[in-house]
Amino acid sequence: MASEDERHLRERLSRLRGLPLLRGARLSGDLERFKKQLDRIEAQPSEETWRLVDLARHSQRPYTLDYVERLFDDFVELHGDRARAEDPALVTGLARLGGRTIAIIGQQKGRDLNDRQHRNFGMPHPEGYRKGMRVMEIAQRHGFPLVTFLDSPGAYPGVAAEQHGQGGAIARSQALMARLTVPLVACIIGEGNSGGAIAIGLVDRVLMQENAIYSVISPEGCAAILWRDGAEREKAAVALQPDALHCLNLGVIDEIVPEPKGGAHLNPDEAARMLGASLAETLEQLLPIPGEELRAQRRDRYRRMGIYSALATETALRSGS
Amino acid sequence: MAEPRIDVSIEHKNRPESSDGERKHPNTCPSCGSHYRDDELKANLGVCQQCGYHFPVGARERIAQLVDKGTFQEEASELRSEDPLGFFDLRPYPERLAEAEVSTGLGDAMLIGSAAIENEACQLAVMDFSFMGGSMGSVVGEKLARAVDGAVERKVPLVSITASGGARMQEGILSLMQLPKTVCAVEDLRDARCGFISVMSHPTTAGVLASFASLGDVIVAEPGALLAFTGPRVVQQTTREKLPEDFGLAESNLRFGHLDAIVPRTELRSFLARTLRLFSNGQ
Repeated sequence: MASEDERHLRERLSRLRGLPLLRGARLSGDLERFKKQLDRIEAQPSEETWRLVDLARHSQRPYTLDYVERLFDDFVELHGDRARAEDPALVTGLARLGGRTIAIIGQQKGRDLNDRQHRNFGMPHPEGYRKGMRVMEIAQRHGFPLVTFLDSPGAYPGVAAEQHGQGGAIARSQALMARLTVPLVACIIGEGNSGGAIAIGLVDRVLMQENAIYSVISPEGCAAILWRDGAEREKAAVALQPDALHCLNLGVIDEIVPEPKGGAHLNPDEAARMLGASLAETLEQLLPIPGEELRAQRRDRYRRMGIYSALATETALRSGS
Repeated sequence: MAEPRIDVSIEHKNRPESSDGERKHPNTCPSCGSHYRDDELKANLGVCQQCGYHFPVGARERIAQLVDKGTFQEEASELRSEDPLGFFDLRPYPERLAEAEVSTGLGDAMLIGSAAIENEACQLAVMDFSFMGGSMGSVVGEKLARAVDGAVERKVPLVSITASGGARMQEGILSLMQLPKTVCAVEDLRDARCGFISVMSHPTTAGVLASFASLGDVIVAEPGALLAFTGPRVVQQTTREKLPEDFGLAESNLRFGHLDAIVPRTELRSFLARTLRLFSNGQ
């Protein structure tokens, strides 16, 4: 990676929102690609952001199991939360990566109509998150690193989901991730929306694909609440800035993983190869770190998330903007 | 007509006027129509004496209701929200912040500090729904984290009282990050073996329910409070399911096992004192 190029790109990135870039964040792969993406974002924000949302939700985009199949060996899927149900919207299992056993959790969308319904469009119920927590415990007990794949429009907003404790399940899943002492890596491969995504997203390193989105709420949901009109979703998408560059800039993700030209759906094998390379490298960096230290760093990482000011400097900052 | 008790609109100021064209007076009970003078309502702790409806209560008033007089020492009051995304919906975010600060007299949607309840020392984190729907942005996340630090430092339990529509969308992905942030803080609290009592008032929804509020050692709620990850309006729209009468309410949450108890506001102070005493274990 040419350092002069990278420095230049970082400067432009930071100018984009006038924020200091977090140290340690990195762009992997083709710098040219990010320059182009940056050009597009600067040129036509509205259309570009919506194009990205469409790409992140593309019906042919590789889903969790497509990557699992291509990146891992000997995948054994694990089913059921041992209490109430099996939730096909969130898949879990064990597999090997480079000779090492890895625990896997990911939201799973469906490809055709039946499959989509079976997978509930990738929207987990609390039972799904409880299944995930069961696999986290296996990972902890046996020292397996955990890799999660985030690809969900959100946690399922249904009556049964509420009655079975959707909010509490999302909270407890995160709490368990904050306690684990094995390496945790999240890959945002499509749409990482809201609590449904962050439930399996409290990790040591976040990799985000070039055309994925990561947001506190779907553009439709945001438009319905703030604009009181779901049709304003394009404006909401622009305002929310769910793209990988902004997420990197805000220090929320650690690395942007490039996709094949035109998007991951045009060449899933190549998309998987690129994601696999970043994932393997990231795991190699995390594995030597002692578990307690890893956990302390993880908590510290999230403790530092947020941008605010103290009153003494507030006046200056406000009037300066 | 929509039932006001289960309306979780974050931008409540922009809520369309009710169909009969008139807004009810804030001191009129939306449940039974009884009307109270300010001093009456205050003396009743904001509880309707006819039907038991719990009126919304602001953070400062809540603290005054609960703590021993003069014991509350506010912390981190200097924190203010920034506008990291340059967020603009129908109005710019800084304008909404300024307006909220003027109308509520609060720096953001949470007050934290040390206090004593019936001589039991504790750390308080109290939310205020009237500040932008009690939404959780960077300041609320940081204040909750600092409340944890204060509790750990002084080896006292944490009491949180929540009232929130969820994450503050105007801070984009950073507001989502306040979920893991507050969760990590609570884990630090647990490591330090400090107790945590979570009191959920109306409404405690979305991002706040899906993070620290659900992690109390003891979780209680006020009667009739809406406690849901997704509010009834959205559930109805998305699934077209028929909603049960008490959908998402505290009573339903108790029945499904998500709460330890429903505590009326008039009993909250003595309940908290009794529970705090158990966590301090006679020390």
